[in-house]
Amino acid sequence: MNAPLLCLQKAVVQKGQKQILKGLSLDLYPGELVGLLGANGSGKTTAARSLLGLVPLSSGSALIGGDPVARLSATARARRVAYLPQSRPVAWPIAVHEAIALGRFAYGGQTGRLSAIDQAAVDEAVQACDLNHLLDRDITTLSGGEAARVHVARALAAKAPALIADEPTAALDPLHQWTIMQVLARQAAQGSGILTVVHDVTLAVQFCTRVVVIKDGECLASGPPAEVLTPDLLAKAYGIDARWTCDADGSALVVHGPAVRDL
Amino acid sequence: MSVGPTDHSRRLIPALAVASLLVVILACSLGETPMALAKVLTSLLGGGDATSRTILWSIRLPRALAAWIVGASLGLSGGAMQGLLRNPLAEPGVLGVSVTASLGAVIAIYYGFSASFAPALQIGAVVGALLATALIAFAAQRVRDMVGLILIGVGLSSLAGALLSLLMNLAPNPFTLNDMVSWLMGSVANRSLADIALSGPIIAAGALILLMTRRGLSALTLGEEAAHGLGLDLTRTRVLVAIGCGLATGGSVALAGAIGFVGIVTPHLVRPLVGSDPGRALVPSALAGGVLLVLADVGARLVPSDNELKLGVVAALFGAPIFLWIAARRSAQGKAQ
Repeated sequence: MNAPLLCLQKAVVQKGQKQILKGLSLDLYPGELVGLLGANGSGKTTAARSLLGLVPLSSGSALIGGDPVARLSATARARRVAYLPQSRPVAWPIAVHEAIALGRFAYGGQTGRLSAIDQAAVDEAVQACDLNHLLDRDITTLSGGEAARVHVARALAAKAPALIADEPTAALDPLHQWTIMQVLARQAAQGSGILTVVHDVTLAVQFCTRVVVIKDGECLASGPPAEVLTPDLLAKAYGIDARWTCDADGSALVVHGPAVRDL
Repeated sequence: MSVGPTDHSRRLIPALAVASLLVVILACSLGETPMALAKVLTSLLGGGDATSRTILWSIRLPRALAAWIVGASLGLSGGAMQGLLRNPLAEPGVLGVSVTASLGAVIAIYYGFSASFAPALQIGAVVGALLATALIAFAAQRVRDMVGLILIGVGLSSLAGALLSLLMNLAPNPFTLNDMVSWLMGSVANRSLADIALSGPIIAAGALILLMTRRGLSALTLGEEAAHGLGLDLTRTRVLVAIGCGLATGGSVALAGAIGFVGIVTPHLVRPLVGSDPGRALVPSALAGGVLLVLADVGARLVPSDNELKLGVVAALFGAPIFLWIAARRSAQGKAQ
């Protein structure tokens, strides 16, 4: 098997007295859309950020394409993995096309100086996220769903083999959530490796090729979502009493309430 | 696909460069003894009579050039600082370099160095600016985020400001105090080409460093986390902007004293023409700052008054209302959304 695009090996992250990651291992291969699941505060975002070199590891290693992230230059790292952070503040009212063109930063491209390759990557990302009609709009005037698509397009424009997306569907309506996950799934089907933090378990089952469930900084389970996300595991991971309801079109999770302990 | 603002900026930069040249020539022709433009040009090119040449080369040209250099430096630093801090209200002095440079000059006045050796005043300001820049650059390498850097800058500003007040408080005689106050108001009167030769290279070095950060400032538009993901080395960008702004702003203070508002206002004036991308606004902002300050200095010279008006005062009188207008327009736009 090829080397993984991204790999955390026994990662430990210490913040003051608290250990946020306790020897977490995970990896990402081409063609995968991996959902990173877990309750709030379980360490999902820290895991994602440590893979990008934003959080130093106390021990263990974070590898990008086989190389420790700390040893890669910022440009080399960005060419291997694109990043869509959880908070996406835009400081200035730039045009949508300018924001997407920034995705070519690691290749020296931006608005006014895009090479043919840069322009092709931007156009492809615009197409994938269906943004043709919004290109000249001021990004700060977009709706939440439109803005989310612009940020995804910006990340895709980098054309990196791997993408880390931290809650790309947060605060979006169901249609926009579906649209974003659909875009990510298509990219994975075309050979990219995508690691995404998701909170919606139903979406994870519907779109992810694999899920990694984290609890208290440790991996609770990893595998195909339909096999892994059993009511038992959901009780452990989220502390909920939940059941799957299935019909011919798929399954949806219904949460009945907090899990009853010592069942 | 429409390219939008870049079309304007391609025409804007040459236009502002020509405007810079024109206002400097205009500033050379205006004064107590007006000089025809043709005479200005022939004298500048080495012709004309000796008196005109002296007036131009020793008085008017150095003054106009100093105003342009200081304005350009402040416009550039203001644009870079607003881009780095992602804040439209940031100004070049926010990290404390301006006040520390002023403190250096006031020390030179206090101890009488400048009375016995005129360049001591400028050298004091340069030393103050360099020390503050070194400190801020060191901090920029260590802080976790921009807020940490701003806090250190505010602390440095306050400390230098307190020491400056102390020296004014303890001024040995009214003449010394008068020198201090007069210098702090900011002026390019009586500057010579030698003065420009002292501060100019420092400002130019700062400007070059700031221009290197252009792309990074554009990337920071999407936030520090996203910029990191795009491949920007955040620490390097912070340090470069801190050093560049420190040298450019500190050198300006050494040349002209404290001149406010040009640094905050100029980037806002060019944004409607080049778009909001902070990287792309840098060069137009520098050129526009130069033009504005030369015009402000012409105003300071032409207004009839018993005491000559100080450039810093005129700049603030023009700048503050423009600043208010920009602030009002921003909040009106905010409501419309």
